[in-house]
Amino acid sequence: MVLIVMLVILAVTAGVCLIPTRSRVFAPGITVLGAVAILALATHVALTAAAGSKVVAIRDWVSCDGFGALILLLVAYVGLGTAIFSWGHMKGPDGADGALRLRRYYCLHNLFLLAMLAVVTLAQISLVWIALEFTTLASVFLVSFEKTPKAFEAAWKYAILTTMGAILALFGILLLYWGMHQAGGGLFTWDGLTAAMPKMPAGILETAFILILVGLGSKAGMAPLHSWLPDAYSQAPVPVCVLLSLVETATIPYVIFRLWPGFAGPVGAYTGSWLVFFGLVSAGVAAFLLIQVKELKRLFAFSTIEHLGIILVAAGLGGAAAASSAAYQMVTHIITKSFCFFAVGAALLVIKNQRIESIQGLVRSFPLAGVALLLGALAVSGAPPFAVFLSEFSVLKVGLSQSQYLAVGLLVLFVGISFCAIMFHHSRMVFGRPLVPANRPAVPVSYLAPLLLTALPMALLWIYMPGALADLLRLVGALLGR
Amino acid sequence: MPADVFHSTVTQLNALMGGFFLLSCFAMVATRQILACLKIFVVQSIFLAASACLLGSLHTSWHLFEVAMITVASKVILIPWLLRRSISHDIYARREVSQVFNIPTSLLMALALALFAFFLARPLLPRLAGPSWVNLPIGLLGLFIGAFVVAARREAIPQVIGILAMENGVFLAGIAIASSLPLIAELAAALDALVVTLVFGLLASRIHSHVGTTTVGDLATLKEE
Repeated sequence: MVLIVMLVILAVTAGVCLIPTRSRVFAPGITVLGAVAILALATHVALTAAAGSKVVAIRDWVSCDGFGALILLLVAYVGLGTAIFSWGHMKGPDGADGALRLRRYYCLHNLFLLAMLAVVTLAQISLVWIALEFTTLASVFLVSFEKTPKAFEAAWKYAILTTMGAILALFGILLLYWGMHQAGGGLFTWDGLTAAMPKMPAGILETAFILILVGLGSKAGMAPLHSWLPDAYSQAPVPVCVLLSLVETATIPYVIFRLWPGFAGPVGAYTGSWLVFFGLVSAGVAAFLLIQVKELKRLFAFSTIEHLGIILVAAGLGGAAAASSAAYQMVTHIITKSFCFFAVGAALLVIKNQRIESIQGLVRSFPLAGVALLLGALAVSGAPPFAVFLSEFSVLKVGLSQSQYLAVGLLVLFVGISFCAIMFHHSRMVFGRPLVPANRPAVPVSYLAPLLLTALPMALLWIYMPGALADLLRLVGALLGR
Repeated sequence: MPADVFHSTVTQLNALMGGFFLLSCFAMVATRQILACLKIFVVQSIFLAASACLLGSLHTSWHLFEVAMITVASKVILIPWLLRRSISHDIYARREVSQVFNIPTSLLMALALALFAFFLARPLLPRLAGPSWVNLPIGLLGLFIGAFVVAARREAIPQVIGILAMENGVFLAGIAIASSLPLIAELAAALDALVVTLVFGLLASRIHSHVGTTTVGDLATLKEE
């Protein structure tokens, strides 16, 4: 029941945001209230799921187990951050047109979250595909929010490439349905499918897996299908970048990994090696592109691709420990990446141009943004003692324990290159002599609150790991580990 | 009519529809005019619906007739109407002169894609006994050629039509391999195709009014420097 209430809350807030009022506080206020309610309910679901029981709203249609609850919690947590951040950050042009654009922005923001929640709570696979498709459709006009020619270009590329990917994945899903029919039939839910998969012919499973991986991979920005991603990030407003990262490194890997328990024996080895291969390609391409990056938001876009690569490698290694380290990486990455983007948003209060070469000495001209950017860069590139370090370390440990020396070696190399590239760019932006005179704008609470919200788990996970979170990660391991 | 005559007639008719579907894929690659492209898409959707009806009569499955009806309603009526409404009519009369490849090259590449589709589908075919086997390779071909149309065109509307043609290909294979998929999935997919058209049409018309062109292939300011 709780799951249905969550979906209804988001649908209602999305609708209510469109009500034309004179006050510009109405739509953001409703959105934040909705996000708080969603987070409370998601925490409830996560605690129930962590205790080991599946949360079922409608049997075989809407339900949520440990893995679903983990992603649900992430979506709700990050969604609250972007809702608060949007309040101060999103400013349309003055006048009635600007107010209308803002109302539409909040409506789409809620619809985007609704689509993501639907992906993790729906059990019927064909409906999960529809929900994934709606994550694209809801976010197209968020990417083009600025209405500049460049924003439209980015939105068009994003829409075309991700929709093509989704259709490719649909073919794979239909192949799985066919295979299930041949293996004796049953309900086309996650549970039914993974139970039937070991009985399916290997040819169908492998073809379907490749189609789904490549299709959803192009939607997640997996290299070499990532070309739309940095363009979309460079044009989208900051909160939208956070939500796009959330889709790419949490929701879509969730869908791919859901198939995991069904791949056994030789098919399992085959699928695992493809995942490791694409993961390494993504991490490698992103690492080298990070060296030459020229724009601030593009830098974090490539870092998202790198982390997607790490997540894919971790899951591809196979086994319970690998699966829970992949899930851990999903958690730490999206929290840290949200913090980074909120820091970029704060820096955008003083810098007008996001070109990296035109930013210098941020720590003197605007200390809050400078310090936040530096912390974010350290955290996201995997410096200790931040959360990403812990999760990357656990991935490497699992790889070494399985004697996957080549994969681990390459991954360490790419993570190292990314670390150097990110720190090089940030040391130039944060330190040095400011190019612009010191200008310390008042920082609104709507910036500080989400920064704090994401900084706490980012910095403190190494001291204190909540028991429920550890339980959820263990459940993911038990579910996905073969 | 005796059962075996009926069976063989329907099988041959279905193969004929598959052949027409294949031809329409190639026609889509070979046309330059945008309106003609849209018309080919409509005709292709009719072949898809016809194939669903034939397979439905063969398996006496009402479900496939419903799929055919949904296809006609969404892809033959609503989607072309939406696309025509979203962009002004003079653009539809336009001929694309600056495609990425010229037409003979495009046709050759489409032929290569066709061979590739049959190659990919071959190991799966023995599992699909009966009259509907022809749908799987041709559906896969529709998927690839649709993707090729998206990549080769510079205009917005042909790119959207390419995406919808990819979906047609998936459904042509789908009615053969997943004929008992619950109706709600078909309805949702039809709704999805409609929303996709709506969103892309709206985006294209915004690009037209804000950027002044619908030749999206020429928008190339965003890139790594």
